[in-house]
Amino acid sequence: MIPFEDVEHKTGTFGALIRLLPLVAGVALAVGWAASTPVVLQGPPRAVPADASMADAVAALNSAVDRLAVGKGLHVARPAPDLTVLRRITLAFFGTVPSLQEVRGFEADRAPQRLERWVDRFLEDRRFGDYFAERLATFVVGTDDNQFLLFRRDRFREWLSSRLMANTPYDQVVRELVSQQGLWTGKPAANFVTAAVGDDDLDEMKLAGRTVRSFLGQRMDCAQCHDHPFADWTQAQFQGLAAFYGQTGITLAGVEDDPEKELEIREDGMPVMKDDGAVKKKVVPPTVPFHPEWLPATGTRRQKLGEWLTHRNNRRFARAVSNRVWGYLFGRPFHQPVDDLPDPPVGESDQVLDIVARDFARHGYDFRRLLRVLTRSKVFRADSSVPQVLEADELEKHEKAWAVFPLVRLRPEQIVGSFQQTFTMRTVNQNAPLIMRFIRLVQENEFIQRFGDLGDDELREGGGTIPQRLMLLNGKLPNELAEASPISAAGRISGMAPTDEVCVETAYLVCLTRRPEPAERDYFVGRLAGKTGDDRSAVMHDLFWTLFNTTEFSWNH
Amino acid sequence: MEPLKHGCARCAIGRRSFLRLAGGTALSFLFPGMAARAATQRGVERPKSLITLWLSGGPSQLETWDPHPGKLGQASDFRLATRLKGVFVSPWFPRVADVLDRLTVIRSLTSKEGDHERASYYLKTGYRPDPTLRHPSLGAILTQQMPDPELEIPQHMTISPSNWPAHGGFLGDQFDAFKIFDPRDGLQNMQAPVEAERQKSRQESLRLVEKSFRARNPAGGDRTRHQETVDEAFAMMSSDQLGAFHLEDETKAVRERYGKSAFGQGCLLARRLVEVGVRAIEVTLDGFDSHVNNLETQKSRAEDLDPALAALILDLEERDLLQSTVVLVIGEFGRTPKINLAEGRDHWPQGFSALVGGGGLRRGIVIGETDPEGQKEMPSDPIQVENLFATVLSVVGVKHDRELMTRVGRPMKLCAGSPLARLRMS
Repeated sequence: MIPFEDVEHKTGTFGALIRLLPLVAGVALAVGWAASTPVVLQGPPRAVPADASMADAVAALNSAVDRLAVGKGLHVARPAPDLTVLRRITLAFFGTVPSLQEVRGFEADRAPQRLERWVDRFLEDRRFGDYFAERLATFVVGTDDNQFLLFRRDRFREWLSSRLMANTPYDQVVRELVSQQGLWTGKPAANFVTAAVGDDDLDEMKLAGRTVRSFLGQRMDCAQCHDHPFADWTQAQFQGLAAFYGQTGITLAGVEDDPEKELEIREDGMPVMKDDGAVKKKVVPPTVPFHPEWLPATGTRRQKLGEWLTHRNNRRFARAVSNRVWGYLFGRPFHQPVDDLPDPPVGESDQVLDIVARDFARHGYDFRRLLRVLTRSKVFRADSSVPQVLEADELEKHEKAWAVFPLVRLRPEQIVGSFQQTFTMRTVNQNAPLIMRFIRLVQENEFIQRFGDLGDDELREGGGTIPQRLMLLNGKLPNELAEASPISAAGRISGMAPTDEVCVETAYLVCLTRRPEPAERDYFVGRLAGKTGDDRSAVMHDLFWTLFNTTEFSWNH
Repeated sequence: MEPLKHGCARCAIGRRSFLRLAGGTALSFLFPGMAARAATQRGVERPKSLITLWLSGGPSQLETWDPHPGKLGQASDFRLATRLKGVFVSPWFPRVADVLDRLTVIRSLTSKEGDHERASYYLKTGYRPDPTLRHPSLGAILTQQMPDPELEIPQHMTISPSNWPAHGGFLGDQFDAFKIFDPRDGLQNMQAPVEAERQKSRQESLRLVEKSFRARNPAGGDRTRHQETVDEAFAMMSSDQLGAFHLEDETKAVRERYGKSAFGQGCLLARRLVEVGVRAIEVTLDGFDSHVNNLETQKSRAEDLDPALAALILDLEERDLLQSTVVLVIGEFGRTPKINLAEGRDHWPQGFSALVGGGGLRRGIVIGETDPEGQKEMPSDPIQVENLFATVLSVVGVKHDRELMTRVGRPMKLCAGSPLARLRMS
């Protein structure tokens, strides 16, 4: 069956098809269905085994972050409330806010190390694999649809998700990506290569650029045509790296390496252009820009490249992925831009990124461990505000020094995910039937289409643009999801809450993962007082609409 | 001020004289949907706007502005005389032929990009795709460099956008074109979904919750610019300038002149938007990618394009807006001189056509020639896309070679080309 994304891309009648489905009916049907097959939460998550090395790593990380604020006259933020941290975790792991079910379960859990245990539980949840795989896929293969027949994004994502769920060491995953041979449907890792095919031709330069950006955290692309103006990359070095893909081609058997093939460039050193025809060319031998001793003696070129990239002494590799995962958790990478890091410091460093990267590398590139370390850090659990800081630029200074948790706008799919989660009180899970995912996909695409997708440059922060604001204020999706009906959260909470106070409190927990302040509670309880039927529904509708339009809803804080 | 909704048709006087009346006196309020300021500004002093008619898919130069009758699979009578002496276009464009003297025909645009996405990028930004950053489209550049401070609605818009709508690139996504999916649908997300009373009460609730957030995070409130974006959004929602979207205010005759298609009405909307001061508008007509059945496909597109383009030019001229509005009619590439096995034409970036005019550009000339035998790939007098764009930018008053520092630390010129002197009015 052709995946839905591709249908949309191919036929363009998708939108027309969807307009046939009344929006709320569709959502209601699907979500009701999903809610009837909820995630089964078996009480509080089991205890976390003691791990002295992890405690040490976290302590070292905390000290290193503390040092960033020293001598700058900055205040360090207090710890944030646990519910706030829970929200940050579900947004990063699942792309959504915690469900009421999760909030209740979390609050009822009084045993020690609550956040650590819930992180562990979430790491076992398939939603984590799927969402993180989508984000990793974006940076590894970009967002282009590419040539459908040669590139299967859906298979690639599924494969990456299962690797994440199995906690396959990350270096192994990368070696697979770089060196996989075979059909991209049967061997989904091969999509890393086929994603660089345009006009039936494998673009080695594009692949080389992507390899270096994704796995070394360096932008060498400028060096495609001239020596990099800032870093030490030369054009020759870039081309030497691209030559590792010089023998790769697409055949009927899939991605293959042909020992007869070579990468060629023009005699003047410039890449071969399509119209070059009879221009004289020369072969480029494969070379790495540094540490050639990291290349193994045997294997195909791509296998050798894979080993070189993931060599245990290649600090750039661990730093690159650590920086990116930091970005996924905090909404902002430690270094910006995310894929252009400074050279690693000489010798063993006690800087933040190196501490994280070293721990990651020394423990077999354990992805789950990386996430555990980062979510246990003081800065991940810090408040996003400091009472003494009253001005925006002061706050920015604090954010730059990681003295507070940064305020970052949520991504469009996180906002859609949050809308959908707030529609119901039970956890919406990926095992939900096809129709649910169908609806979700449509809504996401339509919403994202209007809301604006950050695309390839995905850790760039989108500002709050007017179309996005208009979408939230006046759009059909937020308004219809906020309506009080027998199947929506707004309606069910209104009907089931024993008092107006509980009603308002539950609405806040569902939408904003917090309780209302006294002034807020008094206001909304006042508006609900004595109202029944349609009048009550209208107030609930307005309450949910209001919460959807707050800064808090669209931002990570 | 409520824009009055009655159309000009109900007034007994003719349109031209009514316009003059409305513009020149305090009767401008009678003219529906137009702010007083825009109504009084006409002619050359008006700040310039850009309307791009984006022909998506690759329009065939042979079946539009550069026919070679009797050759390359074309019938021997496949041509139509135009207002320009000695210049012929495809016989499917009788109305455009009649206004061709207001435009310049470029037959020798040349590019090296034959892939839809890459070519669209090039033909919208003047730069070939680059993995390290995203260039802004022409309209975004204009909008960013020369914004209109009195405009309450978005400055940069795209009507019926296709796959790769005009975007702000490294200038920032606040310069992305505001999307209007179907011009006949009116505006999306501009109207509160509830009636005024309830909307007021919702706004009050929102202010309360925001106040609470600000109390807990004083700097955060400013940092997120939330209040500003909400205020801007509300200002837009209540702006008179939104009247531009009320296509029903136009007479039936005018609406029919543009053609009933989404594209036709989109061009009409573009004209109205220019009138209230919107800086850059892109209107997309899709479906030119005729790998199969070239003649049928191009003809069906012509049915939408011909009336709409002609009506737009005439309308702009009548309303004294043509001198301050650049109109660019362009696609991502042309189509092969040789017909393929499916009676279609494939991609051909080597030599393709565009129409450009208004805004102070030269009119009534033809630049370049493609080979009627289809042997020579390159046209004579080839025009680089970036040079055309540099010309457009310079004529609207933007310093085309201004260098900006992008976020990645790479300096980038707004446009890498140089203006073509012969395209400017002497």
